[in-house]
Amino acid sequence: MHKYYLTHLQELESEAIYVIREVVAQFDRPAILFSGGKDSIVVTHLAQKAFWPAKIPMPLIHIDTGHNFPETMEFRDQLVERLGVQLIVGSVQEAINKGRAVEESGINASRNELQIVSLLDTIEHHKIDAAIGGARRDEEKARSKERFFSHRDEFGQWDPKNQRPELWNIFNGRKRMGEHFRVFPISNWTEMDIWNYILQENIAIPSLYFAHNRNAVYRDGTWLPASEFLSLRDGEFVENKLMRFRTLGDITITGGIESDADTLEKIVAEVSATRSTERGNRSDDKRSDTSMEDRKKQGYF
Amino acid sequence: MELLRFTTAGSVDDGKSTLIGRLLYDSKSIFEDQMEAVKQSSERKGLQHIDLSLLTDGLRSEREQGITIDVAYRYFATPKRKFIIADTPGHIQYTRNMVTGASTANLALVLIDARKGVVEQTCRHSFIASLLKIPHIIVCINKMDLVDYSEEVFNNVVEQYKAFAAKIDVNDIRFVPISALEGDNVVNDSVNMPWYKGESLLHTLETIHIASDENHADARFPVQTVIRPHAAEYHDYRGYAGRIAGGIFKPGDKITVLPSGLTSAIKSIDTFSGPVEEAFAPMSVSITLEDDIDVSRGDMIVKDESEPFVSQDLEVMLCWMGPRGPRPGAKYHLKNTTREVMAIIKEVYYKLDINTMEKLENAGDIKMNEMARVRLRTTQPLVFDEYRKNRITGSLILVDEATNETVAAGTLAPPAL
Repeated sequence: MHKYYLTHLQELESEAIYVIREVVAQFDRPAILFSGGKDSIVVTHLAQKAFWPAKIPMPLIHIDTGHNFPETMEFRDQLVERLGVQLIVGSVQEAINKGRAVEESGINASRNELQIVSLLDTIEHHKIDAAIGGARRDEEKARSKERFFSHRDEFGQWDPKNQRPELWNIFNGRKRMGEHFRVFPISNWTEMDIWNYILQENIAIPSLYFAHNRNAVYRDGTWLPASEFLSLRDGEFVENKLMRFRTLGDITITGGIESDADTLEKIVAEVSATRSTERGNRSDDKRSDTSMEDRKKQGYF
Repeated sequence: MELLRFTTAGSVDDGKSTLIGRLLYDSKSIFEDQMEAVKQSSERKGLQHIDLSLLTDGLRSEREQGITIDVAYRYFATPKRKFIIADTPGHIQYTRNMVTGASTANLALVLIDARKGVVEQTCRHSFIASLLKIPHIIVCINKMDLVDYSEEVFNNVVEQYKAFAAKIDVNDIRFVPISALEGDNVVNDSVNMPWYKGESLLHTLETIHIASDENHADARFPVQTVIRPHAAEYHDYRGYAGRIAGGIFKPGDKITVLPSGLTSAIKSIDTFSGPVEEAFAPMSVSITLEDDIDVSRGDMIVKDESEPFVSQDLEVMLCWMGPRGPRPGAKYHLKNTTREVMAIIKEVYYKLDINTMEKLENAGDIKMNEMARVRLRTTQPLVFDEYRKNRITGSLILVDEATNETVAAGTLAPPAL
């Protein structure tokens, strides 16, 4: 083998670090969108690498739906403490209390779409001009079309028909006042890459990703965690299951899978053998064929 | 495992989506719920077969119109390699998307319908691939099932393509007879074409040598940002962060910073995981220098044995991407590596007809999707290489001052004497 070559994970890492550094170099007030999920944890890890030995030169933003897994919140606070970075919290509950957002009603009601209001409010309030996110193009078909540097207008909207061409590794972050960018350094990573990288780098992740016993309800082909926000429908009952989560979001929409994978090695093996997508258990994506695209046009991350 | 980036090209009905679907499907990269969703969408539309293009056409308006508008990126992996496919639309009005997809590709897959042979679109895409210096082309002669898997038909198309390819500049061109629909020679060797002694498409994709596509001769380090930790432990630390665009750097190397011309030597090459003994493209690292000299974003650190061009007059092949052509006398932000300067188009030498490869002089204004050879003048000197020697330091974009849109992509030639 040629002496001067990088493995695919090294190349993806190098590309992501380059993109994160471009953001800090091109923008005045960048931030990292941090959900507590594995992708934003990897992005934060990469940001740490990009500026070492300096600290990450931007805050983390967490949009708190008020319907969190307690484990995620604990993990978030410990990480912020360890890295010595600022944490900005945008609260959906606050937006509802102020009358800025209206809680959904009916079956399948969730606060997923309401995050858009809080996210845009937080971006505006803190004058964030670039928000780095952990979205990947393999996650969803609308995301496969998105650029590394995704331009948003003053309403935070994405226009898929009017994206800037992105050539070589030259990123155009020019914008008008009030506009901002969403930037996705791990665009080219797949779910497998994320898990292999977490294993390779031994990155800490919330315990929810590992198999554990939990009270849950079987609904629409997935195990929804029992919580104060979940009301049982006719015929449903709570069971104690050995399970884990492949993605983490709001506790009301994140379905778990039955699994006994309790180490990173077992998770990598499980994910590589699986025949369904990771977002298959996310009810927010099942609303229509283009639900992700429609939400992104409104300003969703 | 290595990463291979490739782009696909071919006419609308040459079976591009089917081929991508086949590669994804046979390499087990399509999940059951994705397949189920595509199956259901196909049924709702009243189609007889499963439309694999629904996997790649993700946008609402693409699904409405049944065509690919924008570049989509697809991922698959085998035990040997990981692949990124830039799936670009075939229509001529999307030349700019083809350029977008091709700019980062190691390899272009050109599809030809065996029944039709080499057509305009084949030439246009191959020509763009050669202009963008994609190092490898694999010509897939598809729909062999519709010509009775005939060796003669295959050989004829190969001859046609070779006759055309004599006019373009690509070193490595290979040919594979396939049927994307039936799966012949895509992932598995075909039993229908015993006369074909070559490898299947996937086998070629997995084994083609790409490590030497990077320029490891001319050391280039464009500085992205300066790292200055405000901590007691690293009080005097000043690291120049960037991604190596060419060559190999080692501690002790004598360097020059351009365009200032200041010189020093490399003290250390640092990463989060510790210092490294050497660094090469495309690694992201931080470099510290022996001397405290003025270095900032947009500067390029090079080694003394090979220096790039430094000039304010640029000879460039432009692909115009903006909805309107260049305004007379307009100034543009020019971005090349991490450097940004203002530029003006001084002269248009000729436009290029990408169908015939002819040079059209006095051809009027440049329009969207057109290519033109121009001379640019910049307000500050640019530090660059000829595109054919380095695709990173030899490329640029123009950004409209008024709209902030990226309006052109350019490849640099050596400056005129």
